[in-house]
Amino acid sequence: MRAVSSTVAAAAPAHPVNGVALTVVIVIFVIVAVMGFVAARWRITPEERGMHSLDEWGLGGRGFGSWITWFLLGGDLYTAYTFIAVPAAMWSTGAVSGFFAVPYTVVLYPIVFLLMARLWSVSHRHGYVTPADFVGGRYGSKSLSTAVAVTGIVATMPYIALQLVGIKAVLTVLGLGSGANVFTQDLPLIIAFVVLAAYTYTAGLRAPAAIAVVKDLLIYIAVIAAIVWLPAQFGGWDGIFQAATAKMSSTNPATGMPVGSVIPGATSFNAYWTLALGSAMALFMYPHSVTGVLSTKSRNTIRRNAVVLPIYSLMLGFLALLGYVAIKAGTQPIGLDGKINPQLVVPQLFIDHFPAWFAGVALAAIAVGALVPAAIMSIAASNLFTRNIYRDLFKPNATDAEEAKVSKLVSLVVKLGALLFVIVMDQSAAINMQLLGGVWILQTFPAIVAGLYTRWFHRWALLIGWAVGIAYGTAAAYAVVNPVTHAHFGGPIAPIPFLNIPIYIAVTAFVLNAIVSVLLTLVFRAAHVPDGRDRTTASDYGADEGDPRVVPVIEPLGPKIEA
Amino acid sequence: MPTTDLPTRGPAKPAPYVISGVLIAIGIVFPLIVPIYARSGPTLFGIPFFYWYQMLWVLIDAGLLWICFVLMIREDRRRRDAVRHDPDAATGEEARR
Repeated sequence: MRAVSSTVAAAAPAHPVNGVALTVVIVIFVIVAVMGFVAARWRITPEERGMHSLDEWGLGGRGFGSWITWFLLGGDLYTAYTFIAVPAAMWSTGAVSGFFAVPYTVVLYPIVFLLMARLWSVSHRHGYVTPADFVGGRYGSKSLSTAVAVTGIVATMPYIALQLVGIKAVLTVLGLGSGANVFTQDLPLIIAFVVLAAYTYTAGLRAPAAIAVVKDLLIYIAVIAAIVWLPAQFGGWDGIFQAATAKMSSTNPATGMPVGSVIPGATSFNAYWTLALGSAMALFMYPHSVTGVLSTKSRNTIRRNAVVLPIYSLMLGFLALLGYVAIKAGTQPIGLDGKINPQLVVPQLFIDHFPAWFAGVALAAIAVGALVPAAIMSIAASNLFTRNIYRDLFKPNATDAEEAKVSKLVSLVVKLGALLFVIVMDQSAAINMQLLGGVWILQTFPAIVAGLYTRWFHRWALLIGWAVGIAYGTAAAYAVVNPVTHAHFGGPIAPIPFLNIPIYIAVTAFVLNAIVSVLLTLVFRAAHVPDGRDRTTASDYGADEGDPRVVPVIEPLGPKIEA
Repeated sequence: MPTTDLPTRGPAKPAPYVISGVLIAIGIVFPLIVPIYARSGPTLFGIPFFYWYQMLWVLIDAGLLWICFVLMIREDRRRRDAVRHDPDAATGEEARR
């Protein structure tokens, strides 16, 4: 350890190893890792040990009550990357690119309340594990369910990679990660991920569920302490907002425009609300959110959670304001390469202004906060692969045990892929991909959400609408050029075609997608193009935990009910 | 008749759904009307209106959804009981078809 720290100190004097904070982080990490492995025996009958079905491994036995769900979804939706990126955006350019996260996570919950109980009910009746399972069952179309599954996997991968970026930010501030070669540089990250992969493999969704409890308690302690303690240190909110206003109204030499804005101007109103609404509509189309919903015990567990989960949004709002606190505090987020890296703002703020042991607690909360969603996302992506690609396309008669086995193995591959993504490719590649992922995942909204209420849409119309949305969204995102670096994928905002109104690209793509789906449905219905078979019935959408499940094997002859 | 066509719930009463629908619409639309809150005053503890107003909506939405939750739980329970205690309602229209 000592040898490592001396070389680190020599290479980057800005980040000497903080021994106390590092020790706290390591201790918490070890506790969490042990919990992850022990979780394999949590809330499970002896016969079920070893987790020989996706219901057990991939959905934690479908039995999580309100409390565990609150922690699990809190850890799943409010990821470490959010904790790093939102204050970073506030610090760099102010409200429009950062604070929209608050209205986003406000309007999210009415949407969840409305939609997710129905998705839970139909999935409970038919044993669906993924959103693509539902789409396949509802529309009787393998091409459509495969499209939804592939979109989900592709959108989730860079999201996992960004969790690693979050861990990396913490490690940098702790003084780790500036070794002589690529391997030693990323060794701590690799160790963290190998441990994560091992306990996810063993315990499935139970591991992140157990860890989320610890992580959330730590993060609440850290944020509350920061909000109570830091503003007073820097002369109160008045001074903090003055400093932020001064920075945002100064001129950016590269563009000749103001750096950002503390209160958005009228030209960015549409960007602001479409970013919030589009992100809120997209979030529960992500497979990891659906995994969280389907792991709950009863129909209304998710609704009860929609009432209490907003507490996390309040915390996110305060965390966002820490970006401004850092402006007032004069925090210098300098990376190991000597360049400014806004993502280091919050970890640096904690380590500068808190006692080392407490900074350790806060940084550990962020690092562990990356492990929880990374685990759930990898589980969700593997479930999609297993159910909707492996089983649907190659092995229709796969048993429950085979499915669980494939899913466990794929979860390792998925995590390895994310790790390589971060180590081999540039960090901005992961950020660009995640930006695109948000645009893409929203294109599954018409198929999934309309399907919860109506079978009016034609399967091929939805498929073509999806393709149009993806194509437009990708092209529009590519065309956005960063004014400073001249790189493509410069941001999520572009004008609506033929109008000069800049809004969130995903929303424009979604509207196009919806229009195409409606028009083509009319055309296909008029032309009597054959439609797929709907395996669900109206009563499925109101089912609750006591109601019997449909037995899929007997379905071709007419569904039967389990005893 | 396929047994999955057995209704899981009795017929709905519109009132709880209409009220919840309106509350949910309020909870989605109001936090997104930016011109209402894109201003700096009045400040609260030195925090501009823009920021504390949006964070206030976190609490308002939680309150609205709590009302919806109570309404939905009651209505769900009533509809379910209607099916379980009354075998005629259980088989419902679809059985007579």
